Amino acid sequence: MEEQLNILFQKYPSDRQDLLLPLLQEMQEESGYLSPELLRMAGEHFNLPINKVYGVATFYNQFRLIPKGKFHFKVCSGTACQLERSSSLLQSLEKLTHLQPGQTSRDGKFSIEIIHCFGACHQSPVIEVNGKFYTKMTEEKLSRLLESLTE
Amino acid sequence: MFFTVEINNQKVTAKKGETILSLLNRNGIFVPTLCHMPGFSPTGSCRMCVVEVEGRSSLVPSCSQLVEEWMSIKTHSPRVIKARKTLVELLLANHPDDCLYCDRTGNCELQKLAIELNVTERRYRSRRPSVMIDRNCSSLERDSAKCISCGRCIRICDEIIGVKSIEFIGRGHTSSIGTAQNKGLNLKSCIKCGQCISVCPTGAIREKPALQTVIDALGNDKVIPVIQLSSLIPFSIGEELGIKSGKDILNLLRTALRKIGFRNVFDSSFGADLVVMEEAAELMRRIQNNEKLPVFSSYCPSWNLQVEQNIPRLSGHLSDVLSPQQIIGNLIKFHYASRAGVPAGQIFSVSVMPCTSRKTEADRNLSDDPAIKPVDAVLTTRELAKLLCIFGIDFSKLEPEVTEGAFGTYGSSGKLFGVAGGVAESVTRTLHYMMTGQELKNYRISELRGNKGRKEGKIKIGKMTFGVAVVNGMSNLRELLAELDAGKNDIHFVEVMACPMGCVNGGGQSIGTDEKSLRARIKSVYDADEEEMIRAAHKNPIVNQIYDELLKAPLSPAAMNFLHKKPLKD
Repeated sequence: MEEQLNILFQKYPSDRQDLLLPLLQEMQEESGYLSPELLRMAGEHFNLPINKVYGVATFYNQFRLIPKGKFHFKVCSGTACQLERSSSLLQSLEKLTHLQPGQTSRDGKFSIEIIHCFGACHQSPVIEVNGKFYTKMTEEKLSRLLESLTE
Repeated sequence: MFFTVEINNQKVTAKKGETILSLLNRNGIFVPTLCHMPGFSPTGSCRMCVVEVEGRSSLVPSCSQLVEEWMSIKTHSPRVIKARKTLVELLLANHPDDCLYCDRTGNCELQKLAIELNVTERRYRSRRPSVMIDRNCSSLERDSAKCISCGRCIRICDEIIGVKSIEFIGRGHTSSIGTAQNKGLNLKSCIKCGQCISVCPTGAIREKPALQTVIDALGNDKVIPVIQLSSLIPFSIGEELGIKSGKDILNLLRTALRKIGFRNVFDSSFGADLVVMEEAAELMRRIQNNEKLPVFSSYCPSWNLQVEQNIPRLSGHLSDVLSPQQIIGNLIKFHYASRAGVPAGQIFSVSVMPCTSRKTEADRNLSDDPAIKPVDAVLTTRELAKLLCIFGIDFSKLEPEVTEGAFGTYGSSGKLFGVAGGVAESVTRTLHYMMTGQELKNYRISELRGNKGRKEGKIKIGKMTFGVAVVNGMSNLRELLAELDAGKNDIHFVEVMACPMGCVNGGGQSIGTDEKSLRARIKSVYDADEEEMIRAAHKNPIVNQIYDELLKAPLSPAAMNFLHKKPLKD
């Protein structure tokens, strides 16, 4: 990890504070989320206060500040999916997992994220779990999916 | 270059390059502002200052829009008034309505705007997630529910103090002002200077209250309450009490404080005199032995925190002399107590400071005996005014007390500590005497006075040229540090004050002080210096007496014990 970070830091010279965003993006790609430690290191590298870095990281939806769950649910909230009742789908997912979007369960098993459009509107509503797409979802299908995942 | 524009159907002369707001203010037209801070670059984020410009479809923020020749401006058209009122109503939509018992009631800019714009009902309602008040810090309390996200605290913390311990977190309607990982201010780079309090338009940030413990102690027969006043308090509390700014009401205050129940009233400027003696002696030692230079004054508690938390490489340069508050606290607990024949633990020592950071300083008890704190409670200027109000003190009926308390003779050198440059000036006066045995010819060192953020003076002391730098508003330090790192070596002593203009403008002083009354305060401190007989610490007879009786000499073991920081024990 440290080695990877050093390579990253070499790529982004420390006097180029405008490169904070791409650095954070790559950091997230490497480790899945931006830990307080990573934010601190990014701040130290660019000589920026950690509060500033945290402010930037919380401004953009793309950054995760907590680790993803083992099964990471992405629920589409695009217009077509909304028309096919994706919001009630999300509600039942929230109920079943006792989680809100952006949260990760304590046992590290599940996490939920809202996506604005997958571009698969003809298959709406769409849910993605760990890269696999589940199309034309219904609440029944969802609860069966969750059951199969918890086993 | 001048040209005429039309404001409210009247022709006025405008300067090229000025904002509409400054043009309006120059012509006596008042436009409400909220995020605007004089002297800062405009942000135009609150939209309170909008005006109508003919030919523009949308309203224009006057604080950031430059005035142009073709403009015809309407400042109070129905559309503008409605927009401003709606803005206030939207701000009030999720603002707590606890104004009756809010710390800032009567002194709140949001409240003032609501009154000025005739907001008489809560037209919009919205919920905001409940947030905990951050009470962990020993100096400040942050109540995010009252925050209206104007960003003034962020800007003063960044641009003037140069610390940046708070920042906008999140985005859109859920964004708020906070710290990384929403940690408390005690865990952050915050140096507790309290400048954010003085710019906050609402009660979102305030000092950690200490009034109740003081009131309890005053009513407790088993403890002996005593109080020390920073030398600035008599000059600045008048504003809180409705007396003209800059007027010295020290003797009236003494009577009032005795009436309330304090057994003795001490003056921290005596401690400041001892600081001067020790700092000058330490400086002389370092100069003569070619030790680490420059020496940074350790007077400002926020500056101490800054070095400790954010610039640890400078800790070897920081003087280890305690602050006047802690010195007087030590003298009260370990000298005055034994003289009065009472155990130190029985004395409750209160200090009144123009500063919020002193609360943290007093809280970190660095004395040998952890059970005995040199200072038990620290009040800000504002809190003292409240205390006097609670005890129903009517200043017009008081007779000034003329008797002098313990350590009664105060020179003006300690009093100068209240203004930026004062520490450096006082230390220079005494250092000159210590190194040459002669008095400085002209006590007034004009290079160290004035309102600049960074001042530098060169004073001939014997054969050497003594270089002294003064930094106030800590962001001004950056340049000096860069120069020092680059090899600048003609500076021997650096005074750093976190707050701009020094303690007169401290975070514990009255809120909403304009520059005029600040100048009045500074002027009265310097005037007092001109009138004073004893203008240097080494000429104060009581200072000499206490060295004879107790401390022997500057930097002696006894002095190190009483007046210097001890190395931190783990």
